[in-house]
Amino acid sequence: MNKTLLIIQREYLSRVRKKTFILSTILTPLLFVGLIAAVVAITVNNATNEKVAVVDPGGIFKYSLQSSEQVTYDFRKDVDTSNFSSKGYSAVLLAPNSEMNKSSNFKIVSHKSLSRFANDRIHDDISKALENNLISQQLKIDPLLIDSLKHQAEHVGIEAVKTDESGNLSNSNFDVASGIGYVTGFLIYITLFIYGVMVMRGVMEEKTNRIAEVIVSSVKPFQLMLGKIIGIGAVGLTQFLIWIVLISSLSALAASFIPPDVLQQVHDAQQQIPGSATQTSEAINKLASAQQSLATINWGLLVACFIFYFLGGYLFYAALFAAVGSAVNEDAQDAQSLTFPITIPIILGIIIMINSINDPGSSLATWASIIPFFSPIVMMSRIPFGVPDTVPYWQLGLSMILLILGFLFTTWVSAKIYRTGILMYGKKPTWKEMIKWLTR
Amino acid sequence: MNLLEANHLKKYFATQKAVDDISFSIEAGSIFGLLGPNGAGKTTLLRMITGIFYPDEGSIFFEGKAFDPTKDLAKIGYMPEERGLYKKMKIGEQALYLAQLRGLSKSEAMAGIKKWFEKLEMQSWWNKKVEDLSKGMSQKLQFVTTVLHQPKLIILDEPFSGLDPVNSNIIKDEIYNLARGGATIIFSTHRMEQVEEICDHIILVNKGQKILDGSVKNVKQQFKQHLFRIGFESEANGPISSAFEVIKNNPDHSLTVRINEGHSPNDVLHHFLQQGDSIISFNEILPSLNDIFIQLVEGTAPSRQFQRANGEW
Repeated sequence: MNKTLLIIQREYLSRVRKKTFILSTILTPLLFVGLIAAVVAITVNNATNEKVAVVDPGGIFKYSLQSSEQVTYDFRKDVDTSNFSSKGYSAVLLAPNSEMNKSSNFKIVSHKSLSRFANDRIHDDISKALENNLISQQLKIDPLLIDSLKHQAEHVGIEAVKTDESGNLSNSNFDVASGIGYVTGFLIYITLFIYGVMVMRGVMEEKTNRIAEVIVSSVKPFQLMLGKIIGIGAVGLTQFLIWIVLISSLSALAASFIPPDVLQQVHDAQQQIPGSATQTSEAINKLASAQQSLATINWGLLVACFIFYFLGGYLFYAALFAAVGSAVNEDAQDAQSLTFPITIPIILGIIIMINSINDPGSSLATWASIIPFFSPIVMMSRIPFGVPDTVPYWQLGLSMILLILGFLFTTWVSAKIYRTGILMYGKKPTWKEMIKWLTR
Repeated sequence: MNLLEANHLKKYFATQKAVDDISFSIEAGSIFGLLGPNGAGKTTLLRMITGIFYPDEGSIFFEGKAFDPTKDLAKIGYMPEERGLYKKMKIGEQALYLAQLRGLSKSEAMAGIKKWFEKLEMQSWWNKKVEDLSKGMSQKLQFVTTVLHQPKLIILDEPFSGLDPVNSNIIKDEIYNLARGGATIIFSTHRMEQVEEICDHIILVNKGQKILDGSVKNVKQQFKQHLFRIGFESEANGPISSAFEVIKNNPDHSLTVRINEGHSPNDVLHHFLQQGDSIISFNEILPSLNDIFIQLVEGTAPSRQFQRANGEW
């Protein structure tokens, strides 16, 4: 049996059989779904209704200030700044130039500060009310008419459609694409770190255990390094595969809990021209359009690219992490100071990724998605926006080729450092010494 | 026939000449001692023989042909001084893994492990983890994994360090058995008393250079100081003669004497017989390897001084 295969097998099995691997693999998706559910539940429960008393002797707001789900306005004459809380109001709004508010500005008095949502809402409501008030006064139009006109204007559906050269139209939803971009980009970022550090720890273990010398007397150091990198990469792939299966079955399970009438509404909304669906609620409309855009994303390409960029990025960085692991001894601090130069490009990658999400066609995003140091993270955040419209084929191809060349190069460099470092005990080598090992 | 031949090996590191022009040859089936103080270059020398390092200069011949690590490593078993095992791995799986890395098939490896585990009474260890073993026990396991693939050349670097006398003896007996079975053994150490017992041939290296080469018997002859110990029934009369000098008067009525140049042990005996002393014993005192080692190494500057090697910065 090939010796490299033997090493891969050991590295793979010894990790996959660990209890921590099994637990983290199964628990992570559960935790992920649970976390989302918890966030949703907390936000829903936390959206409290604020009651605001309005003292408006001049009648500025009489017809125009409208209560909503978040804020209820009550026009009371018997409430003032001293007794609003005892009467069950969380704040009192004082119109300008009234008895209690001599200034020319509006005043909101509350005991505890209002939530940001309520605060923003009140501000919006006031300015809208004032606007309506002024228009109706100047043009002598019924404020309610103004409202309905505005409502019509606001709820015009805007459909973002991209067109390719052959004139095919496709729906594009920026929010969905950037959401997927975020998730895949971050996933690559996190896994680069987790599995890179796993490789480094494995190499350090072999070195500090003093088993490295036993093994390199029967296999080449390069085989040992390669076996470790491939073995751990296979562990990562296994984990992803299990996650994909678990998450898709969990979401199928979750979907079965959505009431059928909601699904029917969503279905109806999809059939209609967006924007005219006035009888369905806003949420259903959003869900419908999101589903539509999810359906337009090329999932096969996305998953294939994800696996390619995970493997490419992993191989690119794991080799460097292996080199660091071989150069240091037990000292965790040495390892930290040597990993620092490797982690900088990864962190830079995530920063560029956050930028490129907002403008996936920018030149920064384009270049960063081609340079191997950043391409796994940045390219993954651009692909959901569409291939070949946002990411032309030549960019994807060039990025992939450069990544392959990149990891061949880092593996070659690391093998040279590894070969010398794995048998060196004593003090941590300097960068100068490590560069010397390269030229030997 | 020589199993291994090393010619003018050199290996320079940035800060020191680890091995500086060393040549030696090892006869097939012999036990060869590689001696030297800490940092003399033993480990570097062994790493070149095991293909871990390439020599800067010089050549190695294995079984009469130029040493080719990819082919010849399967015939070598190396137990390095800096040795370890995977702590979390089970003993049986670990032995199997290491044996397969040495090129054995799974079934060959299993058969070998079974044989050795029985021999050294290790059968009950199979499912234990290395972290549960004592140092001596893991040493035994390392020995087994080194010799499992029936190598022609077995290289043991400090095989007894950390072993108690009982386990040392067990391993020592196995080393003898292997040598009797035709294996050639290189035995690297700085513990001289073990070398004296085991080795046929030794070389002594210090500061990267070979300073002594020969069979244990020849080396001792070469460094003998013509010392003899003579035992008497009662205290000797008149131990003064031109043939020898008394070095020491021992409390058990015996004398340690050095025979002067130009005289023989017979002259000494003759002298005492004439004096009428009744001799009960007469032995030559040969220097121990330890004495020779100290005599040769002492006084030289401690090794691993950071001297500059030629051509390096």
